[in-house]
Amino acid sequence: MTTIDQAPPVLAAKREHSRAWRKMRKNKSALVGAVIILFFTALAVTAPILPIIDPLATSWSAIRKAPSAMYWLGTDDLGRDILSRMIWGAQASLMAGVFSVAISVCIGVPFGLVAGYFGGWVDMVISRVTEALLAMPFLIMAIALAAFLGPSLMNAMIAIGLSAMPIFVRLTRGQVLAVKTEDYVEGARAVGLNHLEIMLRYILPNVMAPIIVQATLTIATAIIAEASLSFLGLGQQPPAASWGSMLNVAKNFLNQAPWMAMWPGAAIFLVVIGFNLLGDGLRDALDPREA
Amino acid sequence: MPVYIGKRLLVAIPTLLIISIFVFSLQKLLPGDPILTMAGEERDPAVIEFLREKYRLNDPVIVQYFYWLGGILSGDFGISLRTNQPVLELILQKLPVTIQLATMAMFFAFLIGIPIGILAAVKKNTTIDYVANIVALSGLSIPNFWLGIMLILLISVQLGWLPASGYESIFADPVRSLQTMVMPAFVLGSALAATLMRHTRSAMVGVMSADYIRTARAKGLSPREVVLSHSFRNALLPVVTLSALLFGELLAGAVLTEQIFTIPGFGKLIVDAVFNRDYAVVQGVVLCTAVGFILMNLIADVLYVLLNPRLRATL
Repeated sequence: MTTIDQAPPVLAAKREHSRAWRKMRKNKSALVGAVIILFFTALAVTAPILPIIDPLATSWSAIRKAPSAMYWLGTDDLGRDILSRMIWGAQASLMAGVFSVAISVCIGVPFGLVAGYFGGWVDMVISRVTEALLAMPFLIMAIALAAFLGPSLMNAMIAIGLSAMPIFVRLTRGQVLAVKTEDYVEGARAVGLNHLEIMLRYILPNVMAPIIVQATLTIATAIIAEASLSFLGLGQQPPAASWGSMLNVAKNFLNQAPWMAMWPGAAIFLVVIGFNLLGDGLRDALDPREA
Repeated sequence: MPVYIGKRLLVAIPTLLIISIFVFSLQKLLPGDPILTMAGEERDPAVIEFLREKYRLNDPVIVQYFYWLGGILSGDFGISLRTNQPVLELILQKLPVTIQLATMAMFFAFLIGIPIGILAAVKKNTTIDYVANIVALSGLSIPNFWLGIMLILLISVQLGWLPASGYESIFADPVRSLQTMVMPAFVLGSALAATLMRHTRSAMVGVMSADYIRTARAKGLSPREVVLSHSFRNALLPVVTLSALLFGELLAGAVLTEQIFTIPGFGKLIVDAVFNRDYAVVQGVVLCTAVGFILMNLIADVLYVLLNPRLRATL
């Protein structure tokens, strides 16, 4: 048992991690991505303690004011400070991205693990359902789910999470099929470990790298999806701020207050590019062929 | 080939059945009892019972599903609550608008994505390649509804070159139709152009290191002939099949684009249906999009075999 516990895969995984970390630190694009994400995360986390104007406070004397020393990014149609709403909106967008992907991973990975490990009819059923779900375009499925669940940020996150889930089932299943025939898995089976232990201790850690990469890239997709749903009125509900819902209002005032549309879109673009850069960097760092 | 297509169609049947179960289940997610809403304020038990019988809600769920599926198979997708029109009729009315938009978007994607992809591959690891990569990454990261809003702001509001919204059928007034569709098609096609650029570059880089390209160069062919006649022809295979797959994605991407530019297409239909709680239309659109998506997958597979002489020979 001890031999199996300290088997080469553990050491190999450690070596792999330090090699990946070294490669990540050398990748400038990935670092830029990480810095962008850290910046917006810091804003989102510190939003309640930052000395900014209340994002919900309306002011009839400050309706649609252009950027100025008082209102750095201007005000919206109800006289609310756009900078404050952007900072609080970062919370909604990042939370939506991370929670949606957490839902996808928490449901998708176990199903993929079970399908790949057990094979047979279990695999057939899970794979068929996954294929069917993948045949429905991501955004259409998210809109349909959000519509039937009812409009709210939480339901939008559930809808996005469920819509992105099949990607993780398919990815995990494929990885498990490649790993389950490895000698160390056969060894674990030979010493009598049960299926759950083999899956959790010997297979899952060795299939995590591509899942982490996919999760990072899916956060970018989920942030755009949340913004899209909020833009359509199916995500964050007024008066709470979200970048997508801010754009939804802004499109009605393009002539009078173009700044209302500029900042939220630019923020979505920056965060998404940040996650895409980091995801690409992680893929290069964790790909053994790039060693 | 017909046998191959037949086999692929057979494989699609279980997928479609599972999708139909999902779409049917959506209505079960609805909070509250729709019959109580339909029965009005009096909520006469006799009326409620009559409505339950009429809509077969007293039957087990599985029986309800098969009745619903039977209706779908005979073209009965239900009636729109808002317009009182059959859902299928509504979808068939709106679909040509979205197909026109998606086709024009595809045109833009090819026009931008493929030449830049070829250029990036030919100039691999140069400034041109890096700039092309940044452009592609930006294209993939920019929310297309924001791009649409910014273009309206610049091209329609500031410069007044193109209309900000509206739609005209290409058969009624081709010039006006193109004017109203250029901007939405560009917006919809931009992300696709980025994807096509990345795939074209990657396929070209793979092909250009092949032996036959070295032979073509050794024969003394001009670099232009080597790139266009030898490399690109062979790199085109994955790009063409990918395009068929991406056309399905465009139908979904059209939802936001149509909303911004107020185009009365398939995407606007689902959004309007969502806000009017017209659930039969939502279900119909989801089902039709999935069928369209599966069809495009099938076309991609068939194209892949048709364009690849080695695979064609095995059929």
